[in-house]
Amino acid sequence: MNPRLRWRKFVSNFMLTMTGVCAVVAVSVLFFILGYLVYHGGASINWNFFTKLPVPVGELGGGMANAIVGSAKLLLLASLFGVPIGFLGGIYLAEFSGSSVAFVVRYAADLLNGVPSIVIGIFAYALTVLPFKHFSAFAGAFALGLMMIPITLRSTEEFLHGVPRALREGSMALGASKWRTIMSVVVPAAYRGIMTAILLALARVAGETAPLLFTAFGNRYWSHGLNEPTASLPVMIFNYAISPYEDWHRQAWAAGLVLLALILIVNIFARAILSRGGTILR
Amino acid sequence: MSVNVNPPTVSSSREAAAPPTMRMNINKVNFFYGQKQTLFDINMGIATNKVTALIGPSGCGKSTLLRTFNRMHETVRGARLQGEILLDGQNILSQDVTLLRRRIGMVFQRPNPFPKSIFDNVAYGLKINGSKLPLADAVEKSLRHAALWDEVKDHLHKSAYELSGGQQQRLCIARGLAVEPEVLLLDEPCSALDPISTAKIEELLVQLKDLCTIAIVTHNMQQAARISDYTAFLLMGQLVEFSPTPHMFTTPTDPRTEAYITGRFG
Repeated sequence: MNPRLRWRKFVSNFMLTMTGVCAVVAVSVLFFILGYLVYHGGASINWNFFTKLPVPVGELGGGMANAIVGSAKLLLLASLFGVPIGFLGGIYLAEFSGSSVAFVVRYAADLLNGVPSIVIGIFAYALTVLPFKHFSAFAGAFALGLMMIPITLRSTEEFLHGVPRALREGSMALGASKWRTIMSVVVPAAYRGIMTAILLALARVAGETAPLLFTAFGNRYWSHGLNEPTASLPVMIFNYAISPYEDWHRQAWAAGLVLLALILIVNIFARAILSRGGTILR
Repeated sequence: MSVNVNPPTVSSSREAAAPPTMRMNINKVNFFYGQKQTLFDINMGIATNKVTALIGPSGCGKSTLLRTFNRMHETVRGARLQGEILLDGQNILSQDVTLLRRRIGMVFQRPNPFPKSIFDNVAYGLKINGSKLPLADAVEKSLRHAALWDEVKDHLHKSAYELSGGQQQRLCIARGLAVEPEVLLLDEPCSALDPISTAKIEELLVQLKDLCTIAIVTHNMQQAARISDYTAFLLMGQLVEFSPTPHMFTTPTDPRTEAYITGRFG
């Protein structure tokens, strides 16, 4: 074999190996993070972590029940605000708008999706915290909801576009109005995709910290109602991680593990919905 | 261009009796997609309780013409229609489109059942029209008319997607029949089906004549010859010939018709 050919073969094999190695690295990052979280936080996860309030500095133990409930409250409120707007806007884009309107809305949604979450945070702060002079779950949910709008909108649009035109025509030919056709035929046909998108949007904002720092703020106790500062897992992690206390660090790791596990579960669940017998988008 | 419209009274073994009544009349219909004109001065009729076939080579405008009969062309941006289409003597273009489409049903080229159960597919048209009839009876009746009842009666609540292509198409016919339309339009309903399913649907259409008036687009001349009473031959957006089917296929008036049905083009 001449040296030139041997060199070519070597380069080819080397590069192929490198792509494989990089693929493995990409996958192992996830498992490395998981392992690291388990190593540092696993020990702090116990029944108390899910049921008890945080304890004062110096006292060992305690939990983050308020942050878990707070996160759930924030996400629920954010969905109530962000999902309908994104969903209906997506329907408008896919079914009604002329091409120039669609272009503007789509572009704006993509830009909104790219706005840094800290900027969403100060915007929500100016609009929903300053006028009322106190932090609240409403303010935090507003910020998270804003972030959910573009994701829900664009994916609703995309999944509706995937529904065959023949289905719409079949319904219209029976004398159904456009709205009736959309609600009874088109949306049900794209239902799984849209549900998946909403869950992924939820998982995406569940870990957001910046928009909550000065909207929902945080709380070391239970918050009564939605108009008070509210604890959330990401902000709790932030506060505990920058504190100088060993025990708080361990709790931050534990909270990180819980948060990541929840997000992974939602992700897996969402993909399961999408793939389960998904024959509708033929 | 001259259009040879043989009045249906002209010699025809199948149609020897008095001239049939026309359920629909198409008067001077011109059609445009944007700037492009695709139909030119179409004049024809759809005879009551008969099968009228529209034939012609691909792109001749036969589907476009059919889709104007229930104003489905309006769902396409940039489509424009001139002329007059009468249903029972009244212009459909000035009627409420929802009510119109209830009176003129349509079956499409590819089976397009909704992602619902067999039952719900058939019941859909009744539900959206707020029918007070007992749904189960109406669904059974429609499925029987579409010769599908015996095959599906034991699993009405299964997804329509579990049916074969031919069954799905008959389901779509049942869905159209459920609202009891006066006219049923079919746009190449067999083009996606195998020969056996095709034969079933052809047989069905001949039986359905008693129930409603039928207009069918087909690229298959044998099919038109087998099932239709009248045939319209279109070429490049023009109606070349419109006559009783036996007449059209034995003694066509226009040389272009003859060329097409003898297989010299198209």
